[in-house]
Amino acid sequence: MTTPVLELHEVSFTYPGGVTALDGFSAGITRGRRTAVLGRNGSGKTTLFSLLNGLKRPQKGVIKLNGEPLRYDRQGLLKLRQAVGMVFQDPDSQLFSACIYEDISFGPLNLGLPEAEIRNRVDKALTQMKLTDVANRPTHALSFGQKKRACIAGVLAMQPHVLILDEPFAGLDPVMAKEFMVVLDQLHQDGTSLIIATHDLDLAYAWADDVIILQDGHLLTQGKASEQLVLPSVHNELGAAPLVAELGRVLALTGTDVYGNGYHPRTGTELVQALIHQSRQEIDP
Amino acid sequence: MASIHNAVLDLKRLDLLANGNSSIHRLDARAKVLVTLIFTICVVSNDRYELTALFPFFIFPVAMISLANLPPLFIMKKIALLCPFVVAVGIFNPVFDRVIILQLGSIGISGGWISFASIMARSTLTVGAAFILVASTGFTAVCQALEGLGMPKVFAVQLLFLYRYIFVLTEESGRASRARELRSCGKKGQGIHSFGSLVGHLLLRTWQRAERIHMAMLARGFTGAFHASRQSRFGIPEIRFVLAWSALFIFLRFQNASQLLGSLVTGLFP
Repeated sequence: MTTPVLELHEVSFTYPGGVTALDGFSAGITRGRRTAVLGRNGSGKTTLFSLLNGLKRPQKGVIKLNGEPLRYDRQGLLKLRQAVGMVFQDPDSQLFSACIYEDISFGPLNLGLPEAEIRNRVDKALTQMKLTDVANRPTHALSFGQKKRACIAGVLAMQPHVLILDEPFAGLDPVMAKEFMVVLDQLHQDGTSLIIATHDLDLAYAWADDVIILQDGHLLTQGKASEQLVLPSVHNELGAAPLVAELGRVLALTGTDVYGNGYHPRTGTELVQALIHQSRQEIDP
Repeated sequence: MASIHNAVLDLKRLDLLANGNSSIHRLDARAKVLVTLIFTICVVSNDRYELTALFPFFIFPVAMISLANLPPLFIMKKIALLCPFVVAVGIFNPVFDRVIILQLGSIGISGGWISFASIMARSTLTVGAAFILVASTGFTAVCQALEGLGMPKVFAVQLLFLYRYIFVLTEESGRASRARELRSCGKKGQGIHSFGSLVGHLLLRTWQRAERIHMAMLARGFTGAFHASRQSRFGIPEIRFVLAWSALFIFLRFQNASQLLGSLVTGLFP
């Protein structure tokens, strides 16, 4: 039985001016899993992330970390931010130090760690994100991809149990996105719970274990990505369907059931393999 | 637009130069900041009619450019950019100060012209020294050094923020300006009206960015206090560097080396 690392119970948040971003929202993030948060622009994803990191405080409802309600005093917030790291979409909004070594050490310094431990964590994060060679280079002299990796390194150095990433693949070229995916998989294998916001349905379908889908500040649905992202109600809300799921559905209509034995191909490669397997069975049953 | 872009590129180049590995680059930033400060004080504290006494001070920028392998033309161009401002400051001296204090053959040179030339020389020396300091040290290290030398941390952090976001703001200004140019069909857009809204828009964007940066800082445990992260070493090479240059500057400040040299030459070859 997996326990939720973060839970939201009937959470509401309204911005000054009266725009309600979340209204009676309830959901749970399962420990050690990869969760994709999907929803249209303005559906409340960014507000949800800000609430999970304690940057905003819900006006109604409760948020729990490891079963304990969040505390909003100084110590409580420091503990929360150590446990729940957040990477923002625009790297220029996160990297404010003049060089990335400084920036990565910012979080650990705020945690009040000993100097040797800080150096150790910063070096490890630099190595992990392949930034060692540019550690002392001015931030503005880095490429967009390097800045993006530096943002993640800055959060990794705080060694969070939960990592929230707002549109992590936005603006990355395919090669860089693949490299970044490897890093995320490594973090997942190390036991970090990952939460990403994305508009890329194919990515969510291929990568995520679970999905949370928002609709105008409410929870539309939550559950396993392979089960939720094939629902017509989800396709209607998001305006699209994952390509692999759509192909599988069309193939099923033509009599080729690639979902036989409960197997759900989630990528193009997996779909092709399922088709090959299916044809072999037809030739040699 | 192009000038904004070029200014950013120039600043980036200064930073890249600071990544060099010469004996000057390897010195602790505090030593270089200290020497530059002493140099600046010695240069600017000269009397306004002192011109010849300033010439020996050029040994410092020349030596630093040479030892740090910096591109002299690039540094000279940067200094030249400030010339119009300096000219604006000193241009009225020849008008108001017409007393002849130097006779070159039949030509009398007024105190105004001498003080104007002195202002030009002093600005070239001090601005050049500042550029050389940044190009051989890096702005971040300079701020850290200033903090290490006693500047309040809040000022050092503000300077670093300013430096970091100068690039972000100029890039944003460049983008906004380009968007305006592309839709103004070769004209000057809607003149002051569109320029006003562009500036207002930039201000709002800056405000929003500041909010996001603050959020990002809070997300990483910021509670209002900045903590130092790196310690550098002020060793024997740094002490030698500071002592040698400081001794030379103080000597040049109180002894007019040009005159001494002149007397020596005229004494040897009467």
